[in-house]
Amino acid sequence: MRRFVLWALALGLLAGLAACGGKGTAPTAAPAEQSMETQAPEQAPAQAAVEPAKEIVFFNWSEYIDPEVYDLFEQETGIKVIEDNFSSNEELLAKLKGGVTGYAVIVPSDYMVNIMIQEGLLAELNHDNIPNLKNLAEEWRNVPFDPGNKYCVPYQWGTTGIGYLSDQIDEPQSWAVLFDPNPDAPWYGRATMLDDARESFAAALIYLGYDPNTTDEAQLQEARDLLIKAKAGLSGYDSDTYEDLLASGENLLAHGWSGDFLVAQEDNENIAYTIPQEGGVIWVDNLCIPMSASPEEKLAGEMFINFILRPDIGAKISEYNYYASPNAEAEKLLPEDFLNDPTVYPPQEVRAKLHFLKPVGEAEALYQRLWDEVKAAP
Amino acid sequence: MSALLQRKPGLRAWLLLAPSFVWLMLFFIIPLGIILVYSFLERDVYGGVVWKWTLDNYRRVFDPLYFKTFLASLWIAFLTAFFSLLFGYPLAYYIATRPEKVRNALVLALMIPFWTNFLVRTYAWLTLLRTNTGLINVWLQQWGIIDRPLPLFGNTFAITLGLVYGWMPDMILPIYAALERLDRRLLEAAEDLYASRWQVFRRVIWPLSLPGVVAGTMLVFIPSLGAFVTPAILGGGKRLMIGNVITNQFLGAHDWPFGSALSVLMMAVMLVATLIYFRTGGEEGRRGGLG
Repeated sequence: MRRFVLWALALGLLAGLAACGGKGTAPTAAPAEQSMETQAPEQAPAQAAVEPAKEIVFFNWSEYIDPEVYDLFEQETGIKVIEDNFSSNEELLAKLKGGVTGYAVIVPSDYMVNIMIQEGLLAELNHDNIPNLKNLAEEWRNVPFDPGNKYCVPYQWGTTGIGYLSDQIDEPQSWAVLFDPNPDAPWYGRATMLDDARESFAAALIYLGYDPNTTDEAQLQEARDLLIKAKAGLSGYDSDTYEDLLASGENLLAHGWSGDFLVAQEDNENIAYTIPQEGGVIWVDNLCIPMSASPEEKLAGEMFINFILRPDIGAKISEYNYYASPNAEAEKLLPEDFLNDPTVYPPQEVRAKLHFLKPVGEAEALYQRLWDEVKAAP
Repeated sequence: MSALLQRKPGLRAWLLLAPSFVWLMLFFIIPLGIILVYSFLERDVYGGVVWKWTLDNYRRVFDPLYFKTFLASLWIAFLTAFFSLLFGYPLAYYIATRPEKVRNALVLALMIPFWTNFLVRTYAWLTLLRTNTGLINVWLQQWGIIDRPLPLFGNTFAITLGLVYGWMPDMILPIYAALERLDRRLLEAAEDLYASRWQVFRRVIWPLSLPGVVAGTMLVFIPSLGAFVTPAILGGGKRLMIGNVITNQFLGAHDWPFGSALSVLMMAVMLVATLIYFRTGGEEGRRGGLG
C-alpha cells in the first residue's frame, strides 16, 4: 500500500512538472549550435550540393495560416511543414536570442524585423529561390525596415483597434471608451486590452496625442497613469482569446488585431471592428529565415516562402485569416467585398492616422518597467 | 575489465553513479550555475548579457514594485497551503480510515484529474468562474439568489482557488500516507485512558501525522509561490505573481540578468522553507518512531 501511495505521488509530481513545462514548446534548444551560419550566406548561389530539408518547422502566430497550405506544399515539393506558435514579438526574439534552433521560417512584425537584423538573427534571402517576389505590391517591396526585401517578405498586414458587440453597444468613436472608464457604461468590467507592452502603450500614447514610439519618460509615465486608470474597467489583459470572449458575450469591448475580430464574426455576427478617431497601429508581419537555419532548412524555407507568394495561396491565406494581403496578384483573386471592406483595407483618411511601431532602443527597458507597474497596480 | 571491477569496488560504484551524475551536471548544476552567473551581469538591450559584473540586479529585487509582488505571491502561496490543509486533512483522514479496497479506489479517484493537462484543468475553471457567462454566476442569477454577478474571476480569490484545486492532491497524499500507517491501538489506548475525541486528535493523531502535514505543506507552498500559469489565466492577466514577473523578464522585457536574480531569490526562499521542513520533519519523525 505504501508503495502505491508513492507511485501515486510520483505520478502527481510528473503531472505537475508537465504542467510547468507545458508553455514552452521548442523543437531543439541547443545554445551552442550556432556555428552553421558561417557556411550558409556567402557561398556561390549555384551549388548543387544543397538539397532542401525534408521537414521544416514554421514558427508562426496562432491561427494565422490555412492548414491546407501545408498539404498543398507537401504535395508539390514533398517537404513537410510543422507549425509551432508564439504569442508576441518579444517572445519570438527571446527564443532566438536564447539559442533555440530548428526553425526554418519565422514571422516577426515590422519593428521586430528591424531589431532582428540589427542583432544579426536573420539570414539574407536568396532571391533566386523566391521568383514569386514579383507578385508583391509595390508599396511592400521597399518597406523602411528592410528596403528591397533583403531579409524578409511581407506576409499579411492589418491594424490594431477596438472590436465590440454591435448589438449591445454603439460604435466606439474614441479610445476614451477604455481610457476614461465610467462605471455606468455597459462595457465597464467587460473589456480587455492586449497583454503586450508596446501595443497597449501605443494605444494610450495615441489617445494622449503623443508619438506611439516616444522615448520621452514624462510622456510614458503619463501613459502609464492612463493605463492604470483604464485597468479599473478591464476584465483582463489578453492577447490570445479576447475575440472568443466577445463572441461568447462575456465581454463587450476588446483592444485587438483587426483580422481576429473578423474571423470571430463566424461565431457571432454582431462582432464589429473600428479604429477610433485618434488613430491606431498599423503593422505588417513578415516571413524571415533565422540565421540558425541550416542550408537545407534555409532552401526549404525559401521554397515555402515562394509558395506562399503564389497568387492562389496568398488569396487562400487572406480568406482564412481576414488580414490584408501584400500580394498584388493574390488580391486580384479575392472577392470584391473583401477588398472594399474598410475594416480590412482602411480608407485613405483612416490610414493617415495609423502608425507603425518602431524599435525604441534603450527605452525598451523603460516601457517594460512601466508595463510591470501597470500590471502590478491594484 | 570485469576483473578490474572486481578488484576495485570503488570504481564500480563510480561507474554506476556516472549516468545520474552526468544527468545532474548537465541539466541541474550547469543551468543553475548559468542562472547564478547571469544574475551578476548587466543586461543587453534585446536579451542576452553584457559581461560586466554588477550587484544592481539584486538591488532591484528590493525595488518596492517587485518586492510587493513578491510579498503578494508569498501571501497567495500561504493561503493556498492553508486552504489545502484545511480541506485536505479531513479528506485524507476519511480516506485513511476506510477499508483497504475502498481506500485504494479513493486514492485512485483523487489522482484521476491529474491525468488531464494542468492547462486544460485551469481553463475549465474559466467556464465556471467567468463574470458574465460563467456557470456559477449565470445559475445564481437565474435562481434569483444574486442580482449582479459575483467577482469570481480576475482576482486573488480565483488564483488561490485554482492553485488549491491544482495542488490539493500533493497535500492529501503525504497526510494520507502518515495517517494510514498510524497504529490504531494507540487510539484505543488513548480512549481507554479517558481521552476525549478532541484530545485523541490533538495529542495522538495530529502529532503522528505532522510529518505528512509538513511534507504536504511544502509540496503545495513551493509550486504555488512560483506559479505563473494559474495567475495568468485565472487572474485575467490583471494580477501579477512573482512567476509572471520572472517569465516576463525573459519573454518580454529581455532582461535576463534581472530575471535570474529574481529566480535566485526565489530559490533561496524555497531552500529556507525546505530546511525548515527537514528540521521539523526530522524531529517529528524521531518522536513518531518512539510511539
